[in-house]
Order: sequence, then C-alpha cells, then structure tokens
Amino acid sequence: MVGFQTGINKYERDIMKIAISSPDGKLDTPFSPRFGRCEFFIFIDSETRKWEAKANPAVSARGGAGPQAVQFLASSGVKAAISGQFGPNAYTSLEAAGIEAYEADDGTPSDLLDRFLAGTLKQVSAATGPKRH
Amino acid sequence: MIIAVASGKGGTGKTTVATGLALALSESGQTVACLDCDVEAPNAHIFLNPAFEHRETVNQLIPEVDPDLCDGCGECADVCQFHAIVVLGGRTLVFPELCHGCGSCTLVCPHKAIREVPKAQGILEGGPAAGGGPLLAGIDFAQGLLNVGEPMAVPVISQLKKWRGLIDADIVILDSPPGASCPVVESLRGADFALLVTEPTPFGLHDLRLAVELTREIGIPAGVIVNRDGIGDAGVDEFCREAGVPILMRIPMDRRIAEALARGEALVEAFPEYLDRFRDLYDRIVEGVAS
Repeated sequence: MVGFQTGINKYERDIMKIAISSPDGKLDTPFSPRFGRCEFFIFIDSETRKWEAKANPAVSARGGAGPQAVQFLASSGVKAAISGQFGPNAYTSLEAAGIEAYEADDGTPSDLLDRFLAGTLKQVSAATGPKRH
Repeated sequence: MIIAVASGKGGTGKTTVATGLALALSESGQTVACLDCDVEAPNAHIFLNPAFEHRETVNQLIPEVDPDLCDGCGECADVCQFHAIVVLGGRTLVFPELCHGCGSCTLVCPHKAIREVPKAQGILEGGPAAGGGPLLAGIDFAQGLLNVGEPMAVPVISQLKKWRGLIDADIVILDSPPGASCPVVESLRGADFALLVTEPTPFGLHDLRLAVELTREIGIPAGVIVNRDGIGDAGVDEFCREAGVPILMRIPMDRRIAEALARGEALVEAFPEYLDRFRDLYDRIVEGVAS
C-alpha cells in the first residue's frame, strides 16, 4: 500500500494515470511491445493501483495508428505511456500531448508499474522504433 | 486503344511484352506511346533507350497549419480518413506521409487556418525512344519515378497517365507494376484491355487468379500471355479454360531469349520473328475488344 497520509507518495512521484500496452487486457500476463497497434491499453492510477483495460481503437487503423492511439490516451487523461517501442509518429504525438514515454523489454503490466514507480524504467526522448504501416 | 500489361506476380515478363508490343507496333507505322507505370522500379527504359527530353515534378498538396489562426477545434482531424492530421495538447499536427491530399481538412477548417503546400512525391520523365537496335521505331516513352521514402505510388501513376505525348498516340501501352493493389488498379483504370503475363507454375497461377479477378472487378477485358512456356505444369492452361480467359500468345522457355534479355536487348530486336507475332497479338486484341 502506498503512503499513510493522503497526499504523501512514498515514491516521490506525482500521482498520474499511466497506460501500458497489452495483448490481452490482463495485469499479470506479459505486456505488448507494440504501441500504436496493441490490442489493449491498461490504464493504472499510480497511487491507488486501480486499473482497467480498454480496447485500443487504433489497433486496425489503415494508417496513423500511433497518433490515433495517442489521441485515445490523451482524451483518457493519461500522463505516461509504457510500451516496447515508439515509432516517429507516435513519439511526435506523445510529445505534443505532453505524455511521457517509457520503454521496456519485458514484464507484466503489474511489474512495469512497480518499475515505473521505482524509477527504473527508461524514459525515451526520441522515437525508438521504425516507422510502420 | 489503351492496353495495360499486368501480371500479379513479379518477374513474369511484363516489361518484355510491353516493350516488344510497343516496338513492333511503332515499327509498323502506328503512333505508339509507352508508359512505365512501375514507378517504384521503372526499367522499361533499359530496352527502349529513350532520350529523356521532358521532366516534371509530381507534387501532392499537404496541409500546413497556421498556429496563430488555429484554435485546436479538431474539425480537420475529425474529417481526415487517414489520421494524417490530429489535435493533441491544443496543437494541430500534420503527418505528411499519411496524407492522401484530398483537401478535406482545408475545406472544413472554420478559421481558415490551413493552407495547402506542394510536397514533391516523384518525377515524370519522357521522350522519344527507338530501342537499342536498328528498328525504325518512334515510341513516345515516359516513366514515373517515386521518390525514395515516399509511400504512395498512386499520385505519380495518376499524373503519368496524363503525360503530354498521349494526346497524339493511337495506341498507348502501359507497363503496370506487379501486385493487385492500388498502384495496379490505378494503372489499369481506363484501359481498353488488360494483357496478363504469367508463367505456367503454381506461383504464376496463384497471382494470375488475383489479376483476373481484379480485371473483372474493374470491368476490363483480359487475355493471357504464357511466358517461359514449357516449364511448370498445366495449371495455368486449365484455369484459363475454366475461367474463359483466352491465352493469346506463348513465349517458350528458351535460354537464348533469356540471354538476349539479360544483355538488355528487346525481345523483338534479338528475335525479329516476334515483330509479327506481337502485331498478330495486337490484331487479336482489337478484334476481341470490338466483339
């Protein structure tokens, strides 16, 4: 459990809603390394760990899946995104939307949240993946 | 008469047929234009040796947003079918390589904040061509060339098909790209006849089926040329019989032909007996289209 007093966060991070890409919408199975075309996003409140899975509306976009997924995250109030790779269009969109991007090689959304809170996930400051269609 | 040479499968001999037909008809006195629509890898020029006298750029119009006039209302993003323009954090972002140039965003913007700016997609180049040998041919040749990194061939093909020389041509021969997707559809659009070049193998047959389906979908009569005849199996013949698609010509598997083509010689130059074979082919196509 986090903090004993309201407003105190033992990880010294702002409470935020984060999004993790997932192939099946589950918290304890491996995450999806694909960002724009992952099947689900898991939204987690970084303080309460309350979570929900939502289908990614961009999964079968004809083009522009990255920007479309970012629009979905932005309209859901997400402040940080965790995935395997971020393509150029996705990264540009995340930056414009003010959403931080973190990348990971493996792990379940639950592990990734812990690593995110512990500050051991790598924040990316440029696109890390190739452009895809 | 506009004849599109297509195939489905790559490497079946589209360019051999298109250039052979163009040279044979031009040499017999017809006014012929030949367009290489394989804009990702045009190579008909190797057989035809054109003198490129005219060049033009193919541009696509891409939206440019004036941030002083834009209030981030998002109407442009809502109307875009290709997600090429999105509003994030109050800023309107344009992804040019996703844009299909339809202009809808510019039309719907209530603040007149979007203007369209040209972005080069590729070039067209063309001029007279007579092949590499002694043929008395005078083909008006043109090709499109998609810029490296540009994903969309269709605008380049579409502009190529409006090439200046076509006005005077009696016969237009289009060398289509392989496949059965948008660039091929764009090449076939408006053609009077589709000449489908295949090889008698399971691979040739597989893609020939797609090509035949495509020509039926667009409503263009089609005939087949079997290239490298003698290899493979009887599948292509059986399919053509069942589907009612005529086999108009067979070019045998012959090492001498392969060697001549590999030297960059056009089929009709290395083997002049093909001049008459291609003229007969053309006559049969004309008869077929008329009936």
